[in-house]
Amino acid sequence: MSDLINVTVTVNGTQYARAVEPRLLLSDFLRHDLGLTGTHVGCEHGVCGACTVLFDGEPVRSCLMFAVQADGHKVLTVEGLGTMDNMHPLQEAFQEAHAVQCGFCTPGFLMSLLPFLEENPNPTEEEIREAISGNLCRCTGYQHIVDAVKLAAEKMRT
Amino acid sequence: MTKKWVGQRLTRTEDPRLLTGQALFVDDVEIPGMLHAAFLRSDYAHARLQSIDVSAARERPGVVAVYTAEDMGDAWQHGPPLVIPPPTVEDVVFHTRTQVPLVKDKVRYLGEPLAMVLAESRYIAEDAVEDIFVDLEPLEAVVDLEAALEPGAPLVHDDLDSNLAAHLVQDKGDYAAAREKADLVIQRRIVIDRCVAGAMENRGIVASWDKKAQHLTIWDTTQAPIPVRNGLAGMFGLASNQVRVIAPFVGGGFGPKIMMFYAEEVLLTWATLKLGRPIKWIEDRRENFLATTQERGQVHDAEIAITRNGRILGVSHTFLHDTGAYDPYGLTIPLNTQSHAMSAYDVPNYHSDLKVVFTNKMITTPVRGAGRPQGIFLMERLLDVAAKELGMDRIEIRKRNFIPPEAFPYNHKIIDQAFAELVLDSGNYLATLEKAVDMIGYEEFIKEEQPRLRAEGRHVGIGIVSFIETTGVGPYEGARVTVETDGRVSVATGVGTQGQAHFTSFAQIVADQLGVSPRDVRMVTGDTAEFHWGTGTFASRGSVVAANAIHAAAKSVRAKILKLASKVLETPEEELELEDGVVRVADVPRQSISLGELAALANPLRGAVEPGTEPGLESTDYFGPQYGATANGAHAMILEVDPETMMVDIKRYVAVEDCGTMLNPLVVEGQVHGGIALGIGNSYYEQLVYDENGQLLNASLADYLIPTAWEIPRIEVGHEETRSPLNPIGSKGVGEAGTIPVPALFAQALEDALADYGVEVLEAPMSPNKLFELLQAAEHKT
Repeated sequence: MSDLINVTVTVNGTQYARAVEPRLLLSDFLRHDLGLTGTHVGCEHGVCGACTVLFDGEPVRSCLMFAVQADGHKVLTVEGLGTMDNMHPLQEAFQEAHAVQCGFCTPGFLMSLLPFLEENPNPTEEEIREAISGNLCRCTGYQHIVDAVKLAAEKMRT
Repeated sequence: MTKKWVGQRLTRTEDPRLLTGQALFVDDVEIPGMLHAAFLRSDYAHARLQSIDVSAARERPGVVAVYTAEDMGDAWQHGPPLVIPPPTVEDVVFHTRTQVPLVKDKVRYLGEPLAMVLAESRYIAEDAVEDIFVDLEPLEAVVDLEAALEPGAPLVHDDLDSNLAAHLVQDKGDYAAAREKADLVIQRRIVIDRCVAGAMENRGIVASWDKKAQHLTIWDTTQAPIPVRNGLAGMFGLASNQVRVIAPFVGGGFGPKIMMFYAEEVLLTWATLKLGRPIKWIEDRRENFLATTQERGQVHDAEIAITRNGRILGVSHTFLHDTGAYDPYGLTIPLNTQSHAMSAYDVPNYHSDLKVVFTNKMITTPVRGAGRPQGIFLMERLLDVAAKELGMDRIEIRKRNFIPPEAFPYNHKIIDQAFAELVLDSGNYLATLEKAVDMIGYEEFIKEEQPRLRAEGRHVGIGIVSFIETTGVGPYEGARVTVETDGRVSVATGVGTQGQAHFTSFAQIVADQLGVSPRDVRMVTGDTAEFHWGTGTFASRGSVVAANAIHAAAKSVRAKILKLASKVLETPEEELELEDGVVRVADVPRQSISLGELAALANPLRGAVEPGTEPGLESTDYFGPQYGATANGAHAMILEVDPETMMVDIKRYVAVEDCGTMLNPLVVEGQVHGGIALGIGNSYYEQLVYDENGQLLNASLADYLIPTAWEIPRIEVGHEETRSPLNPIGSKGVGEAGTIPVPALFAQALEDALADYGVEVLEAPMSPNKLFELLQAAEHKT
């Protein structure tokens, strides 16, 4: 076992200082070292998108990054988006449009969509489908997710 | 009492928890001192185990134990057969061969586990797996179904004479005689290949034996916590109430998570009992491709005997079904194929000769559709070929053969997966089809749009198919409804939930009976400590069997409420109503009592109770249907294909479904959308590619193509409703409905789009490669 590396990562506004193995994945760090289990792991090869978090504001596959790469950086996970009593309009829209079934892919979609909606406040159906084409969902067939995004865009514009 | 909630498009109660990352999935379980498991899996599909040396692995720091089959001693056993062959079919040949926890003599499928490592972290466990030295002598593998039955083929099970796992023949009427009378007999070979369920959450287990409390808790991504609990308790000599199995939030089931006594379930239980420490195993995606069950592989030689008026006289097929290396799930899938091969049609004569074949591939158990898609594919393709040869419109030929509404209950006479004669309870197949025809604008498309587009050189096609879906099978489910002293209602049922909105749709049933808001109904599913009688979530039965059990229990509680309230309010029951969480005298709102107060009164701390009363406002009830309710549907699509790039673009998709009474139409639509998405995968994008050595060439999401938002079109859903007479709610299942007809529909639409090439699409899945080959062959002919 190799030497541990000290990292300081800001996650959802809170600074965490930990000693980690160089090979520890960012997804495992968030989920098991920090107990933030909202980020899910579906494939560990960067295809399904369930592990998507924001890294200095950009969506990244946390399964393809190491925790040490996050040293000194800011991460936003789904837990930082809203609470059960105070959901983000995007989360509210997902509920209203029935865009959640098993919920496993959901955090990845939310984190991918947040920067997309900030840059595209009035997206078309085609633009939305392209934006989410990097996130797999096996339950919904995507339609209600697309509807949720349109609804969220509307909510976020007002 | 007016019905308020059942039938409403209510948003889901469980969503805020899922949306904010607060929901518990199995990998979220953390217990102090927990160990992590990793498995050494075979790199060969068929090989003899010569030796295995785990000594180096055991030496690695952080490794707590490494186990092989030898180490298990008497605990090493074959898994129990989950479904026995139907006793109701004569002369069934069935060889039971079930899976093992760790390989002892030989490897029978790629990825079969050879050893288990337990370590302080998954990282260390995987390192230690690399330390294990295993000597496997590769054997020739059997992969192709027909080759597997040839004399001299390598045997998957050496104690058998061949790779024949089962042989079953079913007859209705006399097909041979019917064939003689036919004006047209069409024969075709139909091939369907394997897919995975591909749930976003892979499998996972945490098993924790508390030695002091003598209690075993297991978190499992299973669709069947109760049978898993009973089975594991029995296997390890524990009382069933010493074992608690919890299926928390599960990230998609789709069938393989109802396979039980997977090696990992057995091994983790055995190991935690041995070591007295909690153990976690989370499957990674590659393992999911190798170690989780699959489905769909079949080869059919089929024929249809038909009159020149398009009336079906009979259908006959000889088929091979791929069970993989073992057959724990019996004949369920191919029985479903047989029971759907006649589909919605009045087919007077039917002959089916089924052979189940062992191969050196992963075990097959139901994947959404569970054998039904293959049966529907068979019938719809044969009808389409017949329609072409007779020069008949494809809608017309279906109409001429539908079982009419007056003919229900309609007995197809053959035995289905429930071991009884397949009886269709209700339906109006014509109405469903006509709605689809109308919604897609069939006539207009055929007459105007398609000719116009074709003149532009575009290859656009339309498809439309009908199908049935058997659902709501028994044996039974149960539920307990309890009014709490705070006025909210707690409900527990044994089925698990993998995204089907049980927490909401089931609450709607209770809300209607008890006059409360569905948001005040706390629903618990999939925890054997809360409810321990039942089977599980499979075969599109939750909205029928569990729902009706909940309905019955809610009605019983309603009766108790009225009886007690009648005494308390000194008013006859008929004059009482339940609304807004209170019981009140109709038209005298001041004379009321809240449900919470009533619940407290029903459970006194002092005094005597009347003999025969039960405490509280609670009831446990069960529901077992006489037989499964049959849903039906019709799907239509317009697609465009580019014969140079093989790219397919679905322009429109219409799905009309009839699942009887709908608990929540929003949820039904979601299920239909998701089912269709999987069906589209089954039609054009997904196929498990095994080479001749049984190596899976595309064991990753990069190479096995699960459709994205780009491939799935917007789906227009229409509803028809024929209530089932088999249950009080009148519901039928709908979980698998979306998936079942899609390959048949896709094949038809694709053929239509490429009408100028004259290709026939008789296999599923198609793919760009296969389409290319078909077009090449066609061009060479013209």
